[in-house]
Amino acid sequence: MNIFFTVVLRDVRLALRRKSEVLNSVFFFAVVATLFPLAIGPEPAMLRQIGPGVLWVGALLATMLGLPRMFESDYRDGTLEHMLLSPHSLGLMVLGKITAHWLLCGVPLVILAPVLGLQFDLSADALSMLCLTLLLGTPVLSCIGAIGAALTIGVRGGGILISLVVLPLFVPVLIFGSGAVQALESGVGAQAHVSILLAMLLPALFFSPWACGAGLRIALE
Amino acid sequence: MSNITLQVSDAACDRGGRQLFAPVSFDLLAGQAMHIRGDNGAGKTSLLRGLCGLSPLSQGLVRWCGLPVVQARETFLSDVFFLGHALGLKDELSALENLQAAQAIAGRPVSMQQATEALTAQDLASRMHLPLRVLSQGQKRRVALARLQVSTARLWLLDEPLVALDAAAQQALTVLLQTHISGGGMLLFTSHQALDLGGAVQSLRLQA
Repeated sequence: MNIFFTVVLRDVRLALRRKSEVLNSVFFFAVVATLFPLAIGPEPAMLRQIGPGVLWVGALLATMLGLPRMFESDYRDGTLEHMLLSPHSLGLMVLGKITAHWLLCGVPLVILAPVLGLQFDLSADALSMLCLTLLLGTPVLSCIGAIGAALTIGVRGGGILISLVVLPLFVPVLIFGSGAVQALESGVGAQAHVSILLAMLLPALFFSPWACGAGLRIALE
Repeated sequence: MSNITLQVSDAACDRGGRQLFAPVSFDLLAGQAMHIRGDNGAGKTSLLRGLCGLSPLSQGLVRWCGLPVVQARETFLSDVFFLGHALGLKDELSALENLQAAQAIAGRPVSMQQATEALTAQDLASRMHLPLRVLSQGQKRRVALARLQVSTARLWLLDEPLVALDAAAQQALTVLLQTHISGGGMLLFTSHQALDLGGAVQSLRLQA
């Protein structure tokens, strides 16, 4: 288990030394969420309706921005070789990298979302539901995205390929994530949506590190 | 100690559907070293990567202490230190942080004091807190070689360990390797330069 925290700590420390990469996706999220109300016009009813969807799409694309870099630098400088040759479980190390990606890319989005949500005139209930769904949804995005990143490692123009691989898998998360907020607004209740998000999170957390590990082994052959 | 052996039988590597070298077989006992020779592209790196399991051998079997390494992968990996062309170091981290992180990932964590001593032995005492990107190529290699200093692995697989090192560093590395071998360690290395390790170094030439 120690190795998990070692990898998380190392990745976070590395990311803090090249801040621009972290800020890149957060900035992208903020810009997307801010431009939409400006472009669509000050119609509160309309903004309330599109708000959750826009914020969720923004979060999804922002997460995807950081994916190509997830394993790339470790691949280029040989750290991945050392990870594969470590007697520690590769799955735990990959889980560490996924966690670091989420901490640096997902958590800032969750924190920023309620602030940006104010621009869409979302109610307090809707904002807290948005936060909750992002809190459950962004780790799923990191887990699934990591598989795509592991499979496209070392491929030139891997960014586009990752999008092709992971976007179809991101869609259910997007639907249930933004759907939860809309369901709450329309009075149906969001419990079902939240349960489904949770049901996606658990297998993703469990299986993704193994799938990534297999992908990395193939990539380094 | 004498039962620690690396047995390689009929090992060969394929690249692009072509066999790189004729199958090789050898045994390596505790306290022995082997110099793998061959022209550029002869498959030296591929053989080393194949032996430690990074890429598959197209044929042959590798045994560690009598067991095929596929079965005893964890024991084998905790006894192996591999250093290839890519050093596994981060430009953003300092030499000290790099050394500690690399060793932790390799499953052989070192204390701050051990790390400091190893870097001092590599003549990097004044630079160990600088980010690696300001170090020269040779100094970066020394940081990677400092990992040998603290390594407790019994089998060292080194791919071109002398590259980019100055005369003093080459001498220091030679001493380090001699100490490792005389302490019952095993060493497999590729190099285009001769490396004088005192005792008899076996030689293996890869030929197509």
